[in-house]
Amino acid sequence: MILLCLILIPLIAGALAWAAARWSLSACRWIALLAVAADFVLTLVLWGSHSPAGLGTWLAEADWEWIPQVGIRFHLALDGLSLLLLMLTFFLGALSVLASWREITEGVGFFHFNLLWILAGIAGVFLAVNLFLFYFAWELMLAPMYFLIAIWGHENRVYAAVKFFIFTQLSGLLMLVAILALVFVHHRATGVYSFEYQDLLGTTMPPGAEMWMMLGFFIAFAVKLPAIVLHTWLPDAHTEAPTAGSVILAGLLLKTGAYGMLRFVLPLFPHAAASFAPIAMALGVAGILYGALLAFGQTDLKRLVAYTSVSHLGFVLLGIFVWNPLALQGAVMTMICHGISTGALFILVGALQDRIHTREMDRMGGIWSTAPRLSGAALFFALASLGLPGLGDFVGEFLVLLGAYRQSIVLATLAAIGVLFATFYALQFVQRAFQGPNTLNWRIPDLVPREGLVMALMIIALLWLGLYPRPVLDTFEPVMARIEQMAPGR
Amino acid sequence: MNVTGQDFVALLPLLILAATAIAVMLAVAVRRSHAISASISFLGLAISFGSLWIAAPELPRQVTPLLILDRYALFYIALLVAAAMVFVLLAYGYFEKSEDDHDEMYILMLVATLGGAVLVSSSHFASLFLGLELLSVALYGMIAYPRRRPLPLEAGIKYLVLAAVSAAFLVFGMALVYGALGTMQFDEIAGQLARPGFDRWLVLPGTALIITGFGFKLALAPFHIWTPDVYEGAPAPVTAYVATVSKGAMFALLLRYFYRTGAHQQTPVFVVFTVIAIASMFAGNILALLQNNVKRILAYSSIAHLGYLLVAFQASGDLAPTAVGFYLVAYFVTTLGAFGVVAVLSGGTRDADLLEDYRGLFWRRPAVAGVFTAMLFSLAGIPVTAGFIGKFYVLAAGASGEMWSLVIILVITSAIGLFYYLRIVVAMYSEATQAEAGPAITPSATAALIFLAAALVVLGLFPQPLLSLIRNLAIG
Repeated sequence: MILLCLILIPLIAGALAWAAARWSLSACRWIALLAVAADFVLTLVLWGSHSPAGLGTWLAEADWEWIPQVGIRFHLALDGLSLLLLMLTFFLGALSVLASWREITEGVGFFHFNLLWILAGIAGVFLAVNLFLFYFAWELMLAPMYFLIAIWGHENRVYAAVKFFIFTQLSGLLMLVAILALVFVHHRATGVYSFEYQDLLGTTMPPGAEMWMMLGFFIAFAVKLPAIVLHTWLPDAHTEAPTAGSVILAGLLLKTGAYGMLRFVLPLFPHAAASFAPIAMALGVAGILYGALLAFGQTDLKRLVAYTSVSHLGFVLLGIFVWNPLALQGAVMTMICHGISTGALFILVGALQDRIHTREMDRMGGIWSTAPRLSGAALFFALASLGLPGLGDFVGEFLVLLGAYRQSIVLATLAAIGVLFATFYALQFVQRAFQGPNTLNWRIPDLVPREGLVMALMIIALLWLGLYPRPVLDTFEPVMARIEQMAPGR
Repeated sequence: MNVTGQDFVALLPLLILAATAIAVMLAVAVRRSHAISASISFLGLAISFGSLWIAAPELPRQVTPLLILDRYALFYIALLVAAAMVFVLLAYGYFEKSEDDHDEMYILMLVATLGGAVLVSSSHFASLFLGLELLSVALYGMIAYPRRRPLPLEAGIKYLVLAAVSAAFLVFGMALVYGALGTMQFDEIAGQLARPGFDRWLVLPGTALIITGFGFKLALAPFHIWTPDVYEGAPAPVTAYVATVSKGAMFALLLRYFYRTGAHQQTPVFVVFTVIAIASMFAGNILALLQNNVKRILAYSSIAHLGYLLVAFQASGDLAPTAVGFYLVAYFVTTLGAFGVVAVLSGGTRDADLLEDYRGLFWRRPAVAGVFTAMLFSLAGIPVTAGFIGKFYVLAAGASGEMWSLVIILVITSAIGLFYYLRIVVAMYSEATQAEAGPAITPSATAALIFLAAALVVLGLFPQPLLSLIRNLAIG
């Protein structure tokens, strides 16, 4: 029941917030904030109440009939991995409500409606253990995100929104076909229609078919992740989206792709995934290098941060398909920390754009002298992004590299070069935007208390993840162990 | 064959439709009043809808060799009558805006609905043709009804010529099949086809001509050329009627004829349908990209949707009839809703069918824009709408029949389709260029739109009751 609440609260609050915006804009914002905060508290309660022994199985479950003829159930379940990602979801969700407190002035009600419905969709993705429900939630995120970009985005928003929509919708439909194929293969073997994750695990299938179905899932997740080649929607969408949209895109939507790989691609199609792993790892490494190189070449701050996402998510893809305990842990750790550090960077860039009305680095410089708190926070998150030890991102990428080293020294070396590149773009970001002489004589207000609070929370989270990651690692470790055991030949 | 009292009970829904048409006609003779005509029509349709429950215990019943009233027929009659009721609600608001006599529109519509009901319950070529002509002839009048405007007249003439030609094809095809098999009853055709030794060289051309006739009515590529012009020219509520009642009745008949006789299992027929399905999906979705007129966009999109339906039809597994049935219901709700929005935004002199008319609609009229967005998302197959479940079932039927090429083409073309649905959505949510809100919306049209939007969401979230209903419809 508590799982259903996690999804229902944002759905209902979204409608309420929209209605409330007629009377009072701040009521609308407070409803949104409180709803997401309530969900965050719920996930904290779930985290606090779970027994360490029970971590291997579902921590909580909710199961109702939906369309019984074809084995579709409204079935939610939670394990350590989904719990952590849900905490991240509502943490970033609450912060993005705060970050858009002053930025959004037009259509406030509809904005918060979309924001909350995206969060509900994401929560559904992380909780669904029925493949139909998963696809349902997967698509549910799409339309509100499209509106978020298309209505409140920047100059080129319509192009970016349509591109985003079509990339994800097409790849999603391919996944739907793969889901259906899997269900019918299962039906032929057992005579039962079922979309249940547990039923479909371990379905025996011909190798050729397994590869095709795996690819159907892989493409859908690789578009979201994004893996290189399928990433072209990302820089546009991230750049054009409003701050909250960018935060949710980078912090959460990309994670749904990685989550899908972990939850579905590896367990459902272990043999096909294993034989596809070299290609996927190569894509991961290529993404790391390509993303870092392109980030280095950008002058638009949001685009720069967007390309760093491509780079960081390359580590995630690499870690997932290296498929050993260290790399898997590193991948999940990177997912969480990237969500926070990149989310923070987008909030900072958004705050800066709000003040100086440009995202071009050439038109900045010397911001530090006028807004030291903002610039200091930017330095902090830039350092996190380049993998400074002591901060969360370092833990994740280090673990991925360690794991990858056991699998392939060449790939690990190339990926490590990516970390080196990260130093270039992160330092250039700080150097050109915030340091140097203030040639354009910017006089801007520093972070207001609301923004300061957001930054402080994110800094604390990242420090905690970097210095004492044990509780988090312990939470998802049993899940990773199970995924690890599914690798063929182990 | 004797017709008994029970036969009349089974025919009750059809009889009431016919009686309502006469009642409206008589009422017009006494006093012309748009409100009275619309009310009588709505009431008659509602009674006809209610009489389905009276007729239900008598099922299944073969009434003369011509008509079979089974659960399948009753379900589609219910769908057609419900669509006709929505039509009345929309048409009342739409025609009230222009000065003229509108009463005959309702008489024509009732006759057309009767034709549709005959079509879905026909089990004989004669009743098929009878139903088809009742439907078509009434539609000529409905399409060209605003006779002072050039576009509807042009559309009416176009529809008249093409429908007449397609009916000729159909009759000739029936004649060839009759010549080869010596029967016009579906069951007996099935029996003849099951036995070897029939004259393939008469049956195949005959079937091809029948498919041509059906193809025109359903606007499947390559028989779709008339669709955009007629959709654009006809008054918006009539367009909705053509897109739903006429096509829905025809598709239900197509399913019954081919599943009953097994004629679609012959390889050439199967290949022809595959080609038609692929052509419709591509033609509909790609040509829609080139349009700037919302009615034309929806016309091409309906061509594509009929192509999707054919994918389920081709799969012919145990999921196929469920998929077709549910998809048709979703398509009815969505199409009526979409054209309903066009109808309520239209003024007395022209229809609001340009993309320009929708620019900034969300900021002027959020509720109407919200309904239209939901309808467009349903057409695109986005969750929480009925269209999503419909598309899911069609894909499932295709996958269960292992028609992978058709399924993949469906996926790719519906991604293309997103472009033009999003074009309309983008226009609605962009900044407003005109300040005025447009014509006021009558309570009847408001009720229709609210009902359709609610149905869209309820079917999208809880499809279970309708699915089990459709599952129990054996095609007799």
